[in-house]
Amino acid sequence: MKVTVVVNGQERSAEVEPRLLLVHLLRDRLGLTGTHIGCDTTSCGACTVLLDGTPVKSCTMFAVQADGREVTTVEGLAANGKLHPIQEGFKEEHGLQCGFCTPGMLLASKALLEENPDPSEEEIRWALSGNLCRCTGYQNIVNAVQWTARKLQSDSATTGAS
Amino acid sequence: MYPASFDYLVPATLEEALETLGRYEDDAKVLAGGQSLIPLMKLRLAAPRALVDINRLPGLDTLAEENGGLRIGALVRHKTCERSDLLGGRWGTLGAAAPLISDPIIRNLGTVCGSLAHADPQGDWGSALLAMDAEVVTRGPDGTRTIPVGELFEGPFMTTLAPTEIITEVRVPDPGPVAGGTYLKLERKVGDFATVGVAVHLSMADGRVGRAGIALTAVGPTNLRATAAEEALTGSELTDGAIREAARLAAEAAQPYSDTRGSADYKRTVVRVFTERGLRAAAEAVGAPVPPAGQGEPVTTGEALEATERHDYFSGQGTVGGVMDELGDKPGGPDGGER
Repeated sequence: MKVTVVVNGQERSAEVEPRLLLVHLLRDRLGLTGTHIGCDTTSCGACTVLLDGTPVKSCTMFAVQADGREVTTVEGLAANGKLHPIQEGFKEEHGLQCGFCTPGMLLASKALLEENPDPSEEEIRWALSGNLCRCTGYQNIVNAVQWTARKLQSDSATTGAS
Repeated sequence: MYPASFDYLVPATLEEALETLGRYEDDAKVLAGGQSLIPLMKLRLAAPRALVDINRLPGLDTLAEENGGLRIGALVRHKTCERSDLLGGRWGTLGAAAPLISDPIIRNLGTVCGSLAHADPQGDWGSALLAMDAEVVTRGPDGTRTIPVGELFEGPFMTTLAPTEIITEVRVPDPGPVAGGTYLKLERKVGDFATVGVAVHLSMADGRVGRAGIALTAVGPTNLRATAAEEALTGSELTDGAIREAARLAAEAAQPYSDTRGSADYKRTVVRVFTERGLRAAAEAVGAPVPPAGQGEPVTTGEALEATERHDYFSGQGTVGGVMDELGDKPGGPDGGER
Protein backbone atom coordinates (compact mmCIF):
# COMPACT_ATOMS: atom_id res chain seq x y z
CA MET A 1 0.00 0.00 0.00
CA LYS A 2 1.10 3.54 -0.62
CA VAL A 3 1.25 5.82 2.39
CA THR A 4 1.81 9.54 2.36
CA VAL A 5 2.74 11.16 5.64
CA VAL A 6 3.81 14.71 6.33
CA VAL A 7 6.95 14.16 8.36
CA ASN A 8 8.43 17.25 10.00
CA GLY A 9 6.61 19.44 7.50
CA GLN A 10 7.71 17.49 4.44
CA GLU A 11 5.42 15.22 2.47
CA ARG A 12 6.94 11.73 2.29
CA SER A 13 5.53 8.72 0.47
CA ALA A 14 6.44 5.07 0.57
CA GLU A 15 5.12 1.76 -0.64
CA VAL A 16 4.67 -0.37 2.48
CA GLU A 17 3.21 -3.60 3.76
CA PRO A 18 0.32 -2.96 6.16
CA ARG A 19 2.27 -4.67 8.93
CA LEU A 20 5.10 -2.13 8.80
CA LEU A 21 5.14 -0.22 12.07
CA LEU A 22 5.30 3.55 11.98
CA VAL A 23 8.66 3.49 13.78
CA HIS A 24 10.12 1.28 11.04
CA LEU A 25 8.79 3.58 8.33
CA LEU A 26 10.54 6.48 10.04
CA ARG A 27 13.81 4.73 10.80
CA ASP A 28 14.30 2.19 8.01
CA ARG A 29 12.52 3.76 5.07
CA LEU A 30 12.88 7.47 5.69
CA GLY A 31 16.25 7.29 7.48
CA LEU A 32 15.04 9.23 10.51
CA THR A 33 16.85 7.25 13.17
CA GLY A 34 16.32 9.82 15.90
CA THR A 35 13.20 7.93 16.92
CA HIS A 36 14.47 5.06 19.07
CA ILE A 37 13.10 1.58 19.60
CA GLY A 38 13.38 0.70 23.26
CA CYS A 39 11.18 -2.02 24.67
CA ASP A 40 9.19 -2.72 21.49
CA THR A 41 6.31 -3.69 23.80
CA THR A 42 4.50 -0.37 24.27
CA SER A 43 6.01 0.24 27.69
CA CYS A 44 8.96 2.60 27.51
CA GLY A 45 7.97 5.53 25.29
CA ALA A 46 11.40 5.84 23.59
CA CYS A 47 9.64 5.69 20.20
CA THR A 48 7.22 8.52 21.04
CA VAL A 49 6.44 10.81 18.11
CA LEU A 50 3.72 13.40 17.65
CA LEU A 51 0.82 12.43 15.40
CA ASP A 52 -1.09 15.58 14.49
CA GLY A 53 0.47 17.06 17.63
CA THR A 54 -0.48 14.22 20.00
CA PRO A 55 2.16 11.91 21.50
CA VAL A 56 1.84 8.30 20.34
CA LYS A 57 4.11 5.27 20.62
CA SER A 58 5.27 4.69 17.06
CA CYS A 59 6.04 1.02 17.80
CA THR A 60 2.35 0.52 18.48
CA MET A 61 0.90 1.98 15.34
CA PHE A 62 1.09 0.82 11.75
CA ALA A 63 2.50 3.19 9.16
CA VAL A 64 -0.71 2.85 7.13
CA GLN A 65 -2.65 4.33 10.05
CA ALA A 66 -0.66 7.54 9.69
CA ASP A 67 -1.63 7.97 6.04
CA GLY A 68 -2.58 11.59 5.35
CA ARG A 69 -1.51 12.74 8.80
CA GLU A 70 1.33 14.80 10.24
CA VAL A 71 4.18 13.24 12.19
CA THR A 72 6.78 15.16 14.17
CA THR A 73 9.98 13.40 15.15
CA VAL A 74 12.97 14.68 17.12
CA GLU A 75 14.56 15.68 13.80
CA GLY A 76 11.74 18.18 13.34
CA LEU A 77 12.42 20.10 16.54
CA ALA A 78 15.47 22.21 15.70
CA ALA A 79 14.94 24.78 12.95
CA ASN A 80 17.41 26.90 11.01
CA GLY A 81 20.33 25.55 12.99
CA LYS A 82 18.72 26.62 16.25
CA LEU A 83 17.67 24.22 18.96
CA HIS A 84 14.01 24.07 19.92
CA PRO A 85 13.47 25.57 23.41
CA ILE A 86 12.72 22.11 24.82
CA GLN A 87 16.08 20.89 23.50
CA GLU A 88 17.75 23.92 25.02
CA GLY A 89 16.06 23.12 28.32
CA PHE A 90 17.36 19.54 28.32
CA LYS A 91 20.84 20.87 27.51
CA GLU A 92 20.80 23.59 30.16
CA GLU A 93 19.44 21.38 32.94
CA HIS A 94 21.36 18.24 31.96
CA GLY A 95 18.07 16.40 31.34
CA LEU A 96 19.81 13.38 29.88
CA GLN A 97 22.73 11.09 30.36
CA CYS A 98 22.82 8.34 27.74
CA GLY A 99 20.19 10.08 25.63
CA PHE A 100 18.29 6.99 24.58
CA CYS A 101 14.93 8.10 25.99
CA THR A 102 15.52 11.74 25.11
CA PRO A 103 13.74 11.95 21.72
CA GLY A 104 10.56 10.56 23.29
CA MET A 105 10.96 12.76 26.36
CA LEU A 106 11.40 15.86 24.19
CA LEU A 107 8.29 15.20 22.15
CA ALA A 108 6.10 14.28 25.13
CA SER A 109 7.36 17.42 26.92
CA LYS A 110 6.71 19.61 23.89
CA ALA A 111 3.12 18.34 23.69
CA LEU A 112 2.65 18.98 27.41
CA LEU A 113 3.89 22.57 27.21
CA GLU A 114 1.70 23.33 24.22
CA GLU A 115 -1.31 22.25 26.18
CA ASN A 116 -0.23 23.52 29.58
CA PRO A 117 2.41 26.28 29.38
CA ASP A 118 2.90 26.41 33.14
CA PRO A 119 2.75 22.87 34.49
CA SER A 120 3.43 22.00 38.12
CA GLU A 121 6.10 19.45 38.94
CA GLU A 122 3.38 16.88 39.53
CA GLU A 123 1.78 17.62 36.17
CA ILE A 124 5.13 17.20 34.44
CA ARG A 125 5.82 13.88 36.16
CA TRP A 126 2.30 12.71 35.34
CA ALA A 127 2.56 13.74 31.67
CA LEU A 128 5.92 12.00 31.27
CA SER A 129 4.93 8.85 33.16
CA GLY A 130 4.67 6.92 29.88
CA ASN A 131 8.34 7.63 29.11
CA LEU A 132 10.96 5.67 31.00
CA CYS A 133 14.48 6.91 31.73
CA ARG A 134 17.05 4.60 33.27
CA CYS A 135 19.75 7.23 33.90
CA THR A 136 18.55 10.48 35.35
CA GLY A 137 16.12 9.57 38.08
CA TYR A 138 13.87 12.05 36.24
CA GLN A 139 14.75 15.05 38.41
CA ASN A 140 16.76 16.84 35.75
CA ILE A 141 14.14 16.03 33.13
CA VAL A 142 11.54 17.75 35.30
CA ASN A 143 13.95 20.67 35.74
CA ALA A 144 14.44 20.84 31.97
CA VAL A 145 10.72 21.06 31.31
CA GLN A 146 10.38 23.75 33.97
CA TRP A 147 13.33 25.66 32.46
CA THR A 148 11.65 25.52 29.06
CA ALA A 149 8.30 26.64 30.45
CA ARG A 150 9.95 29.70 32.01
CA LYS A 151 11.90 30.41 28.85
CA LEU A 152 8.83 30.17 26.60
CA GLN A 153 6.88 32.42 28.95
CA SER A 154 9.58 35.08 29.12
CA ASP A 155 10.00 34.87 25.32
CA SER A 156 6.31 35.40 24.73
CA ALA A 157 6.25 38.25 27.30
CA THR A 158 9.10 39.90 25.43
CA THR A 159 7.39 39.40 22.10
CA GLY A 160 4.16 40.71 23.55
CA ALA A 161 5.88 43.87 24.84
CA SER A 162 7.69 44.75 21.64
CA MET B 1 9.01 -7.28 16.21
CA TYR B 2 6.92 -7.69 13.11
CA PRO B 3 3.36 -8.95 13.16
CA ALA B 4 2.26 -11.58 10.65
CA SER B 5 1.00 -10.17 7.37
CA PHE B 6 -2.59 -9.01 7.15
CA ASP B 7 -4.94 -7.14 4.86
CA TYR B 8 -5.63 -3.59 6.00
CA LEU B 9 -9.04 -2.16 5.26
CA VAL B 10 -10.37 1.29 5.98
CA PRO B 11 -14.14 1.31 5.57
CA ALA B 12 -15.91 4.64 5.11
CA THR B 13 -19.17 3.55 6.72
CA LEU B 14 -20.26 1.18 9.48
CA GLU B 15 -22.15 -0.89 6.91
CA GLU B 16 -18.99 -1.28 4.88
CA ALA B 17 -17.07 -2.26 8.02
CA LEU B 18 -19.63 -4.94 8.84
CA GLU B 19 -19.60 -6.20 5.28
CA THR B 20 -15.80 -6.45 5.41
CA LEU B 21 -15.83 -8.31 8.73
CA GLY B 22 -18.38 -10.71 7.26
CA ARG B 23 -16.21 -11.35 4.24
CA TYR B 24 -13.33 -12.53 6.45
CA GLU B 25 -15.76 -14.54 8.61
CA ASP B 26 -14.03 -15.12 11.92
CA ASP B 27 -10.58 -14.05 10.87
CA ALA B 28 -10.67 -10.25 10.91
CA LYS B 29 -10.17 -7.92 13.87
CA VAL B 30 -11.51 -4.44 14.46
CA LEU B 31 -8.74 -1.86 14.90
CA ALA B 32 -9.67 1.11 17.09
CA GLY B 33 -6.93 2.35 19.43
CA GLY B 34 -4.84 -0.75 18.82
CA GLN B 35 -2.98 -0.37 22.09
CA SER B 36 -3.69 -3.96 23.14
CA LEU B 37 -4.24 -5.54 19.74
CA ILE B 38 -1.01 -4.36 18.13
CA PRO B 39 1.24 -5.61 20.97
CA LEU B 40 -0.54 -8.98 20.75
CA MET B 41 0.04 -9.07 17.00
CA LYS B 42 3.69 -8.15 17.43
CA LEU B 43 4.11 -11.03 19.88
CA ARG B 44 2.23 -13.23 17.38
CA LEU B 45 -0.31 -14.09 20.03
CA ALA B 46 -2.82 -12.74 17.54
CA ALA B 47 -2.49 -13.08 13.78
CA PRO B 48 -5.73 -11.97 12.14
CA ARG B 49 -5.98 -12.24 8.37
CA ALA B 50 -7.35 -8.71 8.19
CA LEU B 51 -7.64 -5.53 10.24
CA VAL B 52 -10.72 -3.38 9.78
CA ASP B 53 -9.68 0.12 10.84
CA ILE B 54 -12.74 1.93 12.19
CA ASN B 55 -10.88 5.12 13.09
CA ARG B 56 -12.22 7.03 10.12
CA LEU B 57 -15.86 6.09 10.65
CA PRO B 58 -18.03 9.11 11.45
CA GLY B 59 -20.26 9.45 14.50
CA LEU B 60 -18.54 7.04 16.89
CA ASP B 61 -16.84 9.60 19.13
CA THR B 62 -19.81 10.67 21.24
CA LEU B 63 -19.29 11.08 24.97
CA ALA B 64 -22.50 12.61 26.27
CA GLU B 65 -25.39 12.35 28.67
CA GLU B 66 -28.69 11.40 27.12
CA ASN B 67 -32.00 10.95 28.97
CA GLY B 68 -30.11 10.81 32.25
CA GLY B 69 -27.80 8.04 31.03
CA LEU B 70 -24.38 8.18 29.42
CA ARG B 71 -23.23 7.20 25.94
CA ILE B 72 -19.61 6.38 25.17
CA GLY B 73 -18.96 5.80 21.46
CA ALA B 74 -16.56 3.26 20.00
CA LEU B 75 -13.92 5.87 19.22
CA VAL B 76 -13.93 7.66 22.58
CA ARG B 77 -10.33 7.51 23.83
CA HIS B 78 -9.30 7.06 27.46
CA LYS B 79 -7.82 10.56 27.28
CA THR B 80 -11.18 12.06 26.35
CA CYS B 81 -12.72 10.46 29.44
CA GLU B 82 -9.82 11.58 31.60
CA ARG B 83 -10.30 15.20 30.55
CA SER B 84 -14.07 15.25 30.42
CA ASP B 85 -15.75 17.49 32.99
CA LEU B 86 -18.78 15.27 32.59
CA LEU B 87 -17.29 12.27 34.37
CA GLY B 88 -17.42 13.59 37.93
CA GLY B 89 -20.32 13.45 40.37
CA ARG B 90 -22.76 10.72 39.43
CA TRP B 91 -20.22 9.29 36.97
CA GLY B 92 -17.38 9.50 39.48
CA THR B 93 -16.50 5.81 39.15
CA LEU B 94 -15.67 6.33 35.47
CA GLY B 95 -13.91 9.64 36.06
CA ALA B 96 -11.69 8.01 38.69
CA ALA B 97 -10.80 5.04 36.49
CA ALA B 98 -9.85 6.98 33.34
CA PRO B 99 -6.55 8.53 34.50
CA LEU B 100 -5.39 5.23 36.04
CA ILE B 101 -5.44 3.33 32.77
CA SER B 102 -1.99 2.42 31.51
CA ASP B 103 0.08 5.55 30.78
CA PRO B 104 -0.73 8.96 29.27
CA ILE B 105 0.55 8.15 25.78
CA ILE B 106 -1.45 4.93 25.58
CA ARG B 107 -4.50 6.87 26.78
CA ASN B 108 -4.21 9.17 23.77
CA LEU B 109 -5.15 6.29 21.47
CA GLY B 110 -6.78 3.47 23.45
CA THR B 111 -10.58 3.34 23.54
CA VAL B 112 -13.16 2.39 26.18
CA CYS B 113 -15.06 0.06 23.84
CA GLY B 114 -11.86 -1.53 22.59
CA SER B 115 -10.87 -2.26 26.15
CA LEU B 116 -14.19 -4.02 26.76
CA ALA B 117 -13.86 -6.05 23.55
CA HIS B 118 -10.35 -7.07 24.60
CA ALA B 119 -11.81 -8.49 27.85
CA ASP B 120 -8.57 -8.50 29.80
CA PRO B 121 -9.43 -9.45 33.39
CA GLN B 122 -6.80 -6.91 34.41
CA GLY B 123 -8.58 -4.17 32.46
CA ASP B 124 -9.99 -1.27 34.42
CA TRP B 125 -12.99 -0.20 32.35
CA GLY B 126 -14.63 -3.60 32.71
CA SER B 127 -14.93 -3.18 36.47
CA ALA B 128 -15.92 0.48 36.37
CA LEU B 129 -18.65 -0.26 33.84
CA LEU B 130 -19.82 -3.43 35.61
CA ALA B 131 -20.24 -1.43 38.80
CA MET B 132 -22.35 1.07 36.86
CA ASP B 133 -24.56 -1.60 35.24
CA ALA B 134 -23.50 -0.58 31.75
CA GLU B 135 -24.30 -2.40 28.54
CA VAL B 136 -22.64 -2.44 25.16
CA VAL B 137 -24.51 -1.80 21.93
CA THR B 138 -23.31 -3.86 19.00
CA ARG B 139 -23.96 -3.96 15.29
CA GLY B 140 -23.63 -7.17 13.37
CA PRO B 141 -24.98 -8.97 10.33
CA ASP B 142 -28.24 -9.57 12.19
CA GLY B 143 -28.69 -5.98 13.29
CA THR B 144 -28.32 -4.26 16.63
CA ARG B 145 -28.26 -5.86 20.06
CA THR B 146 -27.38 -4.78 23.58
CA ILE B 147 -25.32 -6.91 25.93
CA PRO B 148 -24.94 -6.13 29.64
CA VAL B 149 -21.23 -5.86 30.42
CA GLY B 150 -21.68 -8.72 32.89
CA GLU B 151 -22.74 -10.98 30.02
CA LEU B 152 -20.08 -9.73 27.64
CA PHE B 153 -17.13 -11.28 29.45
CA GLU B 154 -16.87 -15.03 29.06
CA GLY B 155 -13.34 -15.65 30.28
CA PRO B 156 -9.86 -14.16 29.96
CA PHE B 157 -9.78 -12.34 26.61
CA MET B 158 -13.05 -14.02 25.61
CA THR B 159 -16.38 -12.33 25.00
CA THR B 160 -19.83 -13.24 23.79
CA LEU B 161 -19.32 -10.96 20.78
CA ALA B 162 -19.54 -12.62 17.39
CA PRO B 163 -16.40 -12.13 15.27
CA THR B 164 -18.53 -10.23 12.77
CA GLU B 165 -19.93 -7.83 15.38
CA ILE B 166 -18.69 -4.35 16.30
CA ILE B 167 -19.30 -2.60 19.61
CA THR B 168 -20.64 0.78 18.55
CA GLU B 169 -21.05 2.26 22.02
CA VAL B 170 -21.38 1.67 25.74
CA ARG B 171 -24.50 2.90 27.48
CA VAL B 172 -24.56 3.56 31.18
CA PRO B 173 -28.05 3.79 32.69
CA ASP B 174 -29.24 6.80 34.69
CA PRO B 175 -27.87 6.29 38.22
CA GLY B 176 -30.42 8.71 39.68
CA PRO B 177 -29.83 12.17 41.09
CA VAL B 178 -27.87 11.17 44.20
CA ALA B 179 -25.09 8.90 43.06
CA GLY B 180 -21.33 8.66 43.06
CA GLY B 181 -18.41 6.36 43.27
CA THR B 182 -14.75 5.83 42.68
CA TYR B 183 -12.13 3.46 41.37
CA LEU B 184 -9.06 2.35 43.28
CA LYS B 185 -6.13 0.65 41.63
CA LEU B 186 -2.93 -0.85 42.95
CA GLU B 187 -0.16 -1.06 40.39
CA ARG B 188 3.58 -1.49 40.74
CA LYS B 189 4.22 1.47 38.47
CA VAL B 190 2.45 3.60 35.89
CA GLY B 191 1.64 1.50 32.85
CA ASP B 192 1.72 -1.83 34.63
CA PHE B 193 -1.29 -4.07 34.73
CA ALA B 194 -3.42 -3.75 37.87
CA THR B 195 -2.36 -5.87 40.82
CA VAL B 196 -5.87 -5.27 42.13
CA GLY B 197 -8.56 -2.78 41.20
CA VAL B 198 -11.91 -2.08 42.86
CA ALA B 199 -14.75 -0.07 41.33
CA VAL B 200 -17.45 1.22 43.65
CA HIS B 201 -20.69 2.95 42.74
CA LEU B 202 -23.62 3.98 44.95
CA SER B 203 -27.07 5.24 43.98
CA MET B 204 -28.93 6.57 47.00
CA ALA B 205 -32.68 6.63 47.68
CA ASP B 206 -34.07 8.37 50.78
CA GLY B 207 -30.79 8.25 52.62
CA ARG B 208 -30.33 4.55 52.02
CA VAL B 209 -28.45 2.65 49.35
CA GLY B 210 -30.79 2.22 46.39
CA ARG B 211 -28.23 0.34 44.35
CA ALA B 212 -24.64 -0.59 45.02
CA GLY B 213 -22.17 -1.57 42.35
CA ILE B 214 -18.89 -3.20 43.34
CA ALA B 215 -16.63 -4.82 40.77
CA LEU B 216 -13.12 -6.23 40.97
CA THR B 217 -10.14 -6.08 38.62
CA ALA B 218 -7.36 -8.66 38.22
CA VAL B 219 -8.68 -11.11 40.79
CA GLY B 220 -10.47 -13.60 38.55
CA PRO B 221 -10.85 -14.90 35.02
CA THR B 222 -12.85 -11.78 34.12
CA ASN B 223 -13.69 -8.51 35.84
CA LEU B 224 -15.91 -9.75 38.66
CA ARG B 225 -19.00 -8.36 40.29
CA ALA B 226 -19.07 -8.68 44.06
CA THR B 227 -22.75 -9.57 44.03
CA ALA B 228 -23.13 -10.56 47.68
CA ALA B 229 -21.52 -7.32 48.81
CA GLU B 230 -23.82 -5.32 46.52
CA GLU B 231 -26.89 -7.10 47.85
CA ALA B 232 -25.86 -6.66 51.47
CA LEU B 233 -25.62 -2.90 50.97
CA THR B 234 -28.86 -2.48 49.04
CA GLY B 235 -31.52 -0.91 51.21
CA SER B 236 -29.16 -0.35 54.10
CA GLU B 237 -27.74 2.80 55.61
CA LEU B 238 -24.07 3.49 55.13
CA THR B 239 -22.99 2.56 58.63
CA ASP B 240 -19.47 1.60 59.56
CA GLY B 241 -20.63 -1.97 60.08
CA ALA B 242 -22.41 -2.16 56.71
CA ILE B 243 -19.32 -0.88 54.92
CA ARG B 244 -17.01 -3.31 56.66
CA GLU B 245 -19.34 -6.23 56.01
CA ALA B 246 -19.57 -5.34 52.31
CA ALA B 247 -15.79 -5.14 52.14
CA ARG B 248 -15.50 -8.57 53.73
CA LEU B 249 -18.00 -10.01 51.22
CA ALA B 250 -16.17 -8.40 48.30
CA ALA B 251 -12.92 -10.00 49.43
CA GLU B 252 -14.75 -13.32 49.59
CA ALA B 253 -15.93 -12.87 46.02
CA ALA B 254 -12.40 -12.35 44.73
CA GLN B 255 -10.69 -15.30 43.04
CA PRO B 256 -7.11 -14.12 43.14
CA TYR B 257 -4.08 -16.14 42.16
CA SER B 258 -0.49 -15.69 43.25
CA ASP B 259 1.90 -14.23 40.72
CA THR B 260 4.80 -11.79 40.48
CA ARG B 261 2.51 -8.97 41.58
CA GLY B 262 1.52 -10.55 44.86
CA SER B 263 0.17 -13.59 46.63
CA ALA B 264 -3.48 -14.52 46.49
CA ASP B 265 -3.85 -13.66 50.19
CA TYR B 266 -2.31 -10.26 49.70
CA LYS B 267 -4.59 -9.45 46.78
CA ARG B 268 -7.66 -10.58 48.69
CA THR B 269 -6.70 -8.29 51.55
CA VAL B 270 -6.26 -5.40 49.11
CA VAL B 271 -9.77 -6.06 47.76
CA ARG B 272 -11.16 -5.75 51.28
CA VAL B 273 -9.22 -2.58 52.08
CA PHE B 274 -10.02 -0.94 48.72
CA THR B 275 -13.71 -1.82 48.91
CA GLU B 276 -13.89 -0.25 52.34
CA ARG B 277 -12.00 2.87 51.24
CA GLY B 278 -14.02 3.08 48.04
CA LEU B 279 -17.31 2.88 49.89
CA ARG B 280 -16.25 5.58 52.35
CA ALA B 281 -15.24 7.80 49.41
CA ALA B 282 -18.51 7.04 47.63
CA ALA B 283 -20.47 7.83 50.80
CA GLU B 284 -18.75 11.18 50.93
CA ALA B 285 -19.46 11.76 47.23
CA VAL B 286 -23.19 11.17 47.69
CA GLY B 287 -23.27 13.39 50.77
CA ALA B 288 -24.04 10.62 53.21
CA PRO B 289 -22.49 11.12 56.63
CA VAL B 290 -19.19 9.36 56.29
CA PRO B 291 -18.82 6.83 59.04
CA PRO B 292 -15.53 7.02 60.85
CA ALA B 293 -13.06 4.40 59.77
CA GLY B 294 -13.88 2.25 62.78
CA GLN B 295 -11.43 0.56 65.05
CA GLY B 296 -12.29 -1.92 62.47
CA GLU B 297 -10.32 -4.76 61.16
CA PRO B 298 -6.99 -3.41 60.16
CA VAL B 299 -4.66 -5.98 58.72
CA THR B 300 -3.39 -7.83 61.75
CA THR B 301 0.27 -8.38 62.18
CA GLY B 302 -0.32 -12.12 61.90
CA GLU B 303 -2.25 -11.70 58.68
CA ALA B 304 0.38 -9.43 57.19
CA LEU B 305 3.19 -11.75 58.20
CA GLU B 306 1.39 -14.72 56.79
CA ALA B 307 0.77 -12.91 53.53
CA THR B 308 4.42 -11.88 53.33
CA GLU B 309 5.63 -15.40 54.00
CA ARG B 310 3.41 -16.84 51.34
CA HIS B 311 4.29 -14.14 48.88
CA ASP B 312 6.37 -15.84 46.25
CA TYR B 313 7.58 -13.09 44.00
CA PHE B 314 9.13 -15.28 41.40
CA SER B 315 6.91 -18.31 41.09
CA GLY B 316 4.44 -16.76 38.67
CA GLN B 317 2.12 -19.63 39.57
CA GLY B 318 -1.33 -19.01 38.21
CA THR B 319 -4.56 -20.77 38.89
CA VAL B 320 -6.36 -19.10 36.02
CA GLY B 321 -4.29 -20.81 33.43
CA GLY B 322 -1.68 -20.42 30.80
CA VAL B 323 -3.19 -17.51 28.92
CA MET B 324 -2.92 -15.15 31.84
CA ASP B 325 0.59 -16.23 32.66
CA GLU B 326 1.70 -15.88 29.11
CA LEU B 327 0.16 -12.49 28.56
CA GLY B 328 0.56 -10.94 31.93
CA ASP B 329 3.67 -12.13 33.56
CA LYS B 330 6.25 -13.04 31.01
CA PRO B 331 9.05 -10.52 30.98
CA GLY B 332 8.75 -8.58 27.78
CA GLY B 333 5.05 -9.42 27.56
CA PRO B 334 2.59 -6.80 26.42
CA ASP B 335 3.07 -4.52 29.32
CA GLY B 336 1.03 -1.44 29.86
CA GLY B 337 -2.25 -2.68 31.19
CA GLU B 338 -5.41 -1.78 29.49
CA ARG B 339 -5.27 -0.24 26.10
